[in-house]
Amino acid sequence: MRVWLVILSFLPLAAQAFCGFYVARADTGLYNRSSRVVLVRDGERTVLTMANDFQGDVKDFAIVIPVPTFIEREQIHVASTAVLDHLDAYTAPRLVEYFDPNPCRRLYRMEMKAMSAAAPGEGAAARAKALGVTVEARYTVGEYDILILSATESAGLVTWLRENGYRLPAGAEAVVGSYLKQGMRFFVARVNLDEFARTGFRYLRPLQVAYETPKFVLPIRLGTLNAQGQQELFLWTLTRTGRVETANYPTVKVPSGQELPLYVKDRFADFYRDLFARQVEEHGGRAVFTEYAWNMAWCDPCAAQPLSRSELRELGVMWLAEAPPVRPLPKPRIAPPRPVDVFVTRLHLRYDARTFPDDLRLHRTGDKSNFQARYVLRHPWDGSDDCPEAKRYRSEILPQRLRRQAENLHRLTGWPLAEIHRAMGLGEPPAPEPWWKRLWP
Amino acid sequence: MSDPRHLQIAILTGMLIYGLGWRDFPGPGWIYLLYPLAALGFQWGFCRIFRLGFDGRSPLISSLSLGLLLHTASAFWAVTAAFVAVASKFLLRIDGRHVFNPTNLAIVITTLATEQVWVSPGQWGLGAFLAVAALLGGMMVLRRTRRGEVTWAFLAAWGMLVFGRALWLGDPAAIPWLQLQNVALLIFACFMISDPMTVPDHRVARIGFAVLVAVVGYVLQYHFYVDEGLFYALALCAPLVPWLNRRLPGTRYRWPRTVPSRR
Repeated sequence: MRVWLVILSFLPLAAQAFCGFYVARADTGLYNRSSRVVLVRDGERTVLTMANDFQGDVKDFAIVIPVPTFIEREQIHVASTAVLDHLDAYTAPRLVEYFDPNPCRRLYRMEMKAMSAAAPGEGAAARAKALGVTVEARYTVGEYDILILSATESAGLVTWLRENGYRLPAGAEAVVGSYLKQGMRFFVARVNLDEFARTGFRYLRPLQVAYETPKFVLPIRLGTLNAQGQQELFLWTLTRTGRVETANYPTVKVPSGQELPLYVKDRFADFYRDLFARQVEEHGGRAVFTEYAWNMAWCDPCAAQPLSRSELRELGVMWLAEAPPVRPLPKPRIAPPRPVDVFVTRLHLRYDARTFPDDLRLHRTGDKSNFQARYVLRHPWDGSDDCPEAKRYRSEILPQRLRRQAENLHRLTGWPLAEIHRAMGLGEPPAPEPWWKRLWP
Repeated sequence: MSDPRHLQIAILTGMLIYGLGWRDFPGPGWIYLLYPLAALGFQWGFCRIFRLGFDGRSPLISSLSLGLLLHTASAFWAVTAAFVAVASKFLLRIDGRHVFNPTNLAIVITTLATEQVWVSPGQWGLGAFLAVAALLGGMMVLRRTRRGEVTWAFLAAWGMLVFGRALWLGDPAAIPWLQLQNVALLIFACFMISDPMTVPDHRVARIGFAVLVAVVGYVLQYHFYVDEGLFYALALCAPLVPWLNRRLPGTRYRWPRTVPSRR
């Protein structure tokens, strides 16, 4: 079917926070709400990018992340928030618009036929040693002061962190202990206020860590401890092989492609929020949702342009740096251009300790088929031509379609059908037929 | 239903239909039709070459299991997997019987050979897991084959390893329980490791074999982070079976026969 005009509206980018967990350094009542994480993975090489829009005073900000290996200074980097925002926009759920053509034209008549067939310190060092904690390294990278910690036992590490002003949630000890036994170290970052003032930014930039590990895992367990209620996580993966899914939780595609009433155009953010909440509920809160899976070379329709080579490099796509330079990315268009060797997956989950007790074990698949969360608005044809097709279009096809759109919206979001009908100017929805009327036809 | 394979075919077909219709199985739908068609074709070809009567039941079981476990968007790799499964039965034989479970070998060889095929262990979710567990448990009871203890021994060993690990790490029970909610694990336990043609003949050897596969699979999965660890473990341990059969001889299993067949 021909696309006449494609207009997009984006979701407002949801409020973000870190996936690891913040440790508030003063009683400011912080809690994790949502995180944005990018994982670039090739073989065992991994680059993790974490972003947040931490709302409190930056001096209270701290993060503790388990990492599988020792991390050297050069393995840590501070990225620009703009790249993540771009990736977010590029992969966001999208609303598209189509305009019906004149039904009196021949080409469209055929389409209509087809459609009607199918509907749709030193002292400090001694103390650390006494607690069995080793500060393996200290770095200042950008606005962050970073410690790499290892420990012989969890109680010592937790005590050390508490004594050093990190506010740890209850239950941290057991989780820290589990990670230590799995041979993990801890990456602790807080804000260096002088450096932060020097950057001139008013927000914290994303932190990046590059490492090599056979574990393709995103640790979320610590993050569930200090959260008040559920958190959102947006996880993007960039691989060469294809879509990424979770190995220990079901990965489900969000419903996509439905036609919606036109008034959703002004309420798209509400629509998607409610759709997502309903999906979470339908899957018992225990699923990870795929919102986008696409080759990075193109998009159709584009919610934003694909990321440039330099942006991908900044996110850590190491194999692009190794490949010989080629012509710049072609402009995205309807037909797929030469594919680039980067496949992006956007996963979205809402989780807490009860529904997601374990870390996210990720799994690369060879699936390179494209998927996007895309919703459709169809503007009816409002011409005045008169032909049998136009009559049928006005009396039959259009009313049917409007009812179907209302039905779709109701099913996807749970908004009351009567309200939808009112907003569409359709009058009251038909009362459901009593079941016995169909019993003996 | 005198032949246990009929029940297996019915259950596997039901699960495949459910997976395709309700569980968001990836890849094009025709791949799942290609597996059985290719497997039956290869079986027919090999039967001609070896001058044997054609029996479609065992290639059907192998290919339905492939459809449930091995995902791909590539017709070439789907056909290759079906070929490996069927060919292994005819070509890799010791002491007059095949060494590897056909589905298992096909999964191991294709996942090692290409990134275009993959196993989706977490795809089913809790509700489907419980339903499949009940179904397969029922099948095990109904089938009453003398070799059922392989399944139980394997599941017990695997459960102990996974819960033991959680105990050692101090993790809440929700974590090992989540790790056990795995339909691929159930298919593995009920259709692969328990394949009566490739398990040891002697009861003690069978139980030891099941425990060994669980231990090797556990090491591969939790220490080397190989997601397909269990499948590799079975393929690694399978060559021990002929040796075990010589050391501890027992009665050889035969399918109830109607036509001369070979599996």
